[in-house]
Amino acid sequence: MTRHDRFGGFAFVLPFVGFYSFLLILPFFMGLWISLHRADLFGARKWVGLDNYVRLFGDPVFYQAMGTTFTLALLIVPALTVITLLLALALNRATRSAAIFRGLFFSSSVLSVTIVTLIWRFVLTPDAGLIAKVFTAVGLEPIPFLSHPDWTIPAIAITTIWWGLGLPMMLFLAGLQQIPQDMYEAAALDRASRWTTFFRITLPSLRRTTILVVMLQTAAQLQIFGQAQLLTSGGPSGSSRPIVLYIYEIAFGRWELGYAVAAAEVLFLLVLVLTLAQYWLSTRKEDAIR
Amino acid sequence: MSAAATRNRLPLPALIGVVIGAAIMVAPLLWTLLLSLKSNSELMRDSAAALSPPYTLGNYRDILAGSDVPLWLLNSLIVSLGTTAAVLLLCSLAGYGFARLDFPCRRSLFIFVLLGLAIPEQAVILPRHQLFASMGWHNSYGGLILPGLAAPFGVFFMTQYFRAIPKDLDEAAMLDGASRFRIFWKVLLPLSLPAQATLGVFTFLGSWNDYWWPLISATTSDKYTLTVGLASSQMNYAQTSGLGFLMAQAVFASIPILIVYIIFQKQIVGAMAGAATR
Repeated sequence: MTRHDRFGGFAFVLPFVGFYSFLLILPFFMGLWISLHRADLFGARKWVGLDNYVRLFGDPVFYQAMGTTFTLALLIVPALTVITLLLALALNRATRSAAIFRGLFFSSSVLSVTIVTLIWRFVLTPDAGLIAKVFTAVGLEPIPFLSHPDWTIPAIAITTIWWGLGLPMMLFLAGLQQIPQDMYEAAALDRASRWTTFFRITLPSLRRTTILVVMLQTAAQLQIFGQAQLLTSGGPSGSSRPIVLYIYEIAFGRWELGYAVAAAEVLFLLVLVLTLAQYWLSTRKEDAIR
Repeated sequence: MSAAATRNRLPLPALIGVVIGAAIMVAPLLWTLLLSLKSNSELMRDSAAALSPPYTLGNYRDILAGSDVPLWLLNSLIVSLGTTAAVLLLCSLAGYGFARLDFPCRRSLFIFVLLGLAIPEQAVILPRHQLFASMGWHNSYGGLILPGLAAPFGVFFMTQYFRAIPKDLDEAAMLDGASRFRIFWKVLLPLSLPAQATLGVFTFLGSWNDYWWPLISATTSDKYTLTVGLASSQMNYAQTSGLGFLMAQAVFASIPILIVYIIFQKQIVGAMAGAATR
């Protein structure tokens, strides 16, 4: 290979690496820098060191937003994991109807958050919503899903679960496909019951998939934004405001860019720890199998 | 479906569970469709009117005749198709380079790209907003398309795909004296069409449904994408034209993406699972 040829490879990767550095890596380091400043959206900057972070950890609204975020994740992730595991078990069949059901349960995932909240707003809202109409028809009082502090977080959780079933269901289905058939045949020879087979073969074989689903969903729900912004605007009085909505409000409502970016960096660290934990758990699992 | 799938029929309790689940999936969609087919004045009195005729296409006529929704649809199409085309080109070039060519720092550059997989949107979106503001790029198609081009997953995906293609093919072409770019363009690119389809559909879907970035970058209604436009309709609902019209917008905006889903179901599912398990 000639010398010219050796550097020719650069020409192929350079366009991407250029865009990537400018659009992802540069903003990432800009973010670390801005978080050390008192900065507004219009370019005024003043160095304040770690002040934004110190302020953040003394800010009750930040803790409230963190609490809301974790509550949402705790409501959504276990429910989503169990429901999609059950769906995958039921729909792991080579029949036409199973294929149609799989397509149906996945279909909501291709809709945008705006359409999903538009649909669910008029399912949940107590004056014109579908649930309220059913409740009044059977003589019950409609539930104020979008305005009462006890109901806003469940409302966001229900909407998110409806929206997010598709991907974890498909991951569980892929996991089920990887279980060797002869394990089931051996179990059948031993006259193992349905339940024994499920708890001794199916469930242990899905451990890696389950870890993946839980970690992915937790990372996704920590960053929940559109549903809360559009359905409840984080209200009433901030009770359903997750952390990303808080970041958005600080940046574009109060124009305190430095403070908002500091909050975003804390969230980034949380998500990074989760990603690393997932990586560690899944590689460790592989070693154990070998 | 292979080995582990059974041909057995579903046991009855499981079937009942699946059917109830399916009903919960469908009911909100059906309710939305019915609301969109009713006149706004009738719904104003009682939204339960949606359950009985007469139905009308009036709301859809209003969308096409005098609203911004078709413009938002066009903006979404321009942004999503532009992003997809650029991502396919950039990621294919880079994937070929990383998979097939040898040049100094190739390994470290590849790791540099993979590090991007660990950076979530939240960690960069505000500084990027600053960056674009200083360049005067907000409220433009370029400003909406560019952030999508930093797609490390795409490079990872294409690199893996090119690595799996046997090397004899490009070596044969090289003996014929074809240039590196010619080999890429004439030999490897056509072979990678299935991967292009998967990455393309995945990118299109992500761009089409993106909400956070267009929300802060496109602030004038003539540059809204469908997601942001519909969010503004939703926020202003109390003041404006009525429930049927709003729900017709939701249906109208869902149709293109549901068509894409029906055609490319396999690629969408495959790519989403691939991105999750990378």
